[in-house]
Amino acid sequence: MTRRTVVRTLVHVSLIAATVIVLLPLVVVLLTSLKTDKEMANTSGALELPHDLLNFHNYVTAFQDGEMLTAFTNTAIILVVSVGGTVLIGSMTAYAIDRFTFRFKKLVVVLFLTAALVPGVTTQVATFQIVNSFGMFDSLWAPIALYMGTDIVSIYIFLQFVRSIPISLDESARLDGANAFTIYRKIIFPLLKPAIATVVIVKGITVYNDFYIPFLYMPSEDLGVISTSLFRFRGPYAAHWEVISAGAVLVILPTLIVFLSLQRFIYNGFMRGATR
Amino acid sequence: MTDTTQKAAVEVIPAAPVPAPPSRRTRVWRGVTPWLFLIAPLALLVTFTYAPLLNMVAYSFTDWDGVSPVLHYTGAENYQEVFTRPDLFEVFWVSGYYLAASVVQIVLALYFATVLSFNVRFRNFFKGVLFFPYLINGVAIGFVFLYFFQDGGTLDSVLSLIGVKTDHAWLGTPGSANTSLAAVSVWRYLGLNFVLFLGAIQSVPGELYEAAELDGANRWHQFRHIIAPGIKPVLTLTVILSISGSLSVFEIPYIMTGGATGTETFVIQTVNLAFRFNKTGLASAAAIVLLLIILLVTWVQRRLVPDDKVDLV
Repeated sequence: MTRRTVVRTLVHVSLIAATVIVLLPLVVVLLTSLKTDKEMANTSGALELPHDLLNFHNYVTAFQDGEMLTAFTNTAIILVVSVGGTVLIGSMTAYAIDRFTFRFKKLVVVLFLTAALVPGVTTQVATFQIVNSFGMFDSLWAPIALYMGTDIVSIYIFLQFVRSIPISLDESARLDGANAFTIYRKIIFPLLKPAIATVVIVKGITVYNDFYIPFLYMPSEDLGVISTSLFRFRGPYAAHWEVISAGAVLVILPTLIVFLSLQRFIYNGFMRGATR
Repeated sequence: MTDTTQKAAVEVIPAAPVPAPPSRRTRVWRGVTPWLFLIAPLALLVTFTYAPLLNMVAYSFTDWDGVSPVLHYTGAENYQEVFTRPDLFEVFWVSGYYLAASVVQIVLALYFATVLSFNVRFRNFFKGVLFFPYLINGVAIGFVFLYFFQDGGTLDSVLSLIGVKTDHAWLGTPGSANTSLAAVSVWRYLGLNFVLFLGAIQSVPGELYEAAELDGANRWHQFRHIIAPGIKPVLTLTVILSISGSLSVFEIPYIMTGGATGTETFVIQTVNLAFRFNKTGLASAAAIVLLLIILLVTWVQRRLVPDDKVDLV
């Protein structure tokens, strides 16, 4: 064996090891979710296969008792409104900042940029008081407002894109008598499509997975989103790992489907989102 | 990156010969237009970022409980408490586990990104596998790994397969619990670093590798002299994100252990102080300390690596 084949083999071994480490915990949870409570009590190890691979009983229990339908509905509402709002707010901010000269522009830009340095987790104590004073506490409005109001990354992404759109397009439209709103609506916004896709993906996944904000701001049981509803499994099902596993799989499955169908865009989206 | 000041100067020059000077009404309208676009974003920004920030500074000098209508100022007492009460400051040591884990994470991510940027069989499959955990819901990850570390759970079963019999309570002692939790965090976040590095490596022009290969450079030389300098900006960004991430760990330990057995992190403590024990004043001071540390780290990084990519204006 030459040195090169040794290296190549080692590389493959490392990749396969990583794959096992990533997938094993997930596969075991999937297997566990298909076991009956009797099997859970009798079998010796987590790695054993379930007797019936089509036993979906735990999923029914998790879905019904865990009020997953409410959770998915709430998540969907928050997702659509806050992602839509983020796209509008981000693109309008980027348009205004890039295409106009106005007094205090520098200040506005600095305000937006500095905000990116303040991690949300650190200010939550005081944000809570503000949300509370608006009467938004324990309503869907709290997470919606917070997701829309504190997303600086999407403003960055839009800003980059607006810059790449030639100003001559605006100017010729203006000569044709279009005002700023028409230009934004008919020229800028449609040309922002790639940036919008990025923001929708990055923001959508963040909102779908977020635990901190719904946990703090929506304690009511009927306001559970998927994170908080799943979290509540801890109490009633503490000893029933088969039901908890089914709940976890139910939450992971939509992510997996979206990931498999949009892989390429998701990678690109996160690269753009993080390096801004 | 374009320079805005230059662009702004270009913009004021009319694009076409203007027949008559714009009337007063048009001029006012022009001045108002950008603000119409900015009103909603600015209102949200001020309400949910700057107002809380200012309030928090004010709260941090009070012994407020979060409910009472009057604020009672106590000077710097809260800050003194944060720094002198050992149980409050102790949580910072927990961050050490996560910091160590992020070193492992960055090295692994760098390795896999380098390996997978060359032609390897099933490349896209491996890419997908490594990245996917980053997209999974934190609560689901918490449960997956609670089961993983459980007595007789996945880890014990795997170890008994290779002949190691343990009845180790993985989450039972502070050292082992924190190591386990930090390992979960590597499992979860490796993919993000990996994808960022991969993107940076791929933006290095391909001819450089070809030229290097002609010159007889091996993979290590290529990494050392082409890849490493090429991804420096992303690398420093990652280091910053890792440090501030290690300081503000919340989800995984909160979901898995609730902060028990010495796994309480700074954010868990702050959330408990503020929302369980109603010590809003003290929690605010603690949060400000954390914020200042994170800002300091960011500032040091900008100093060390002046990077025009980060500067957007």
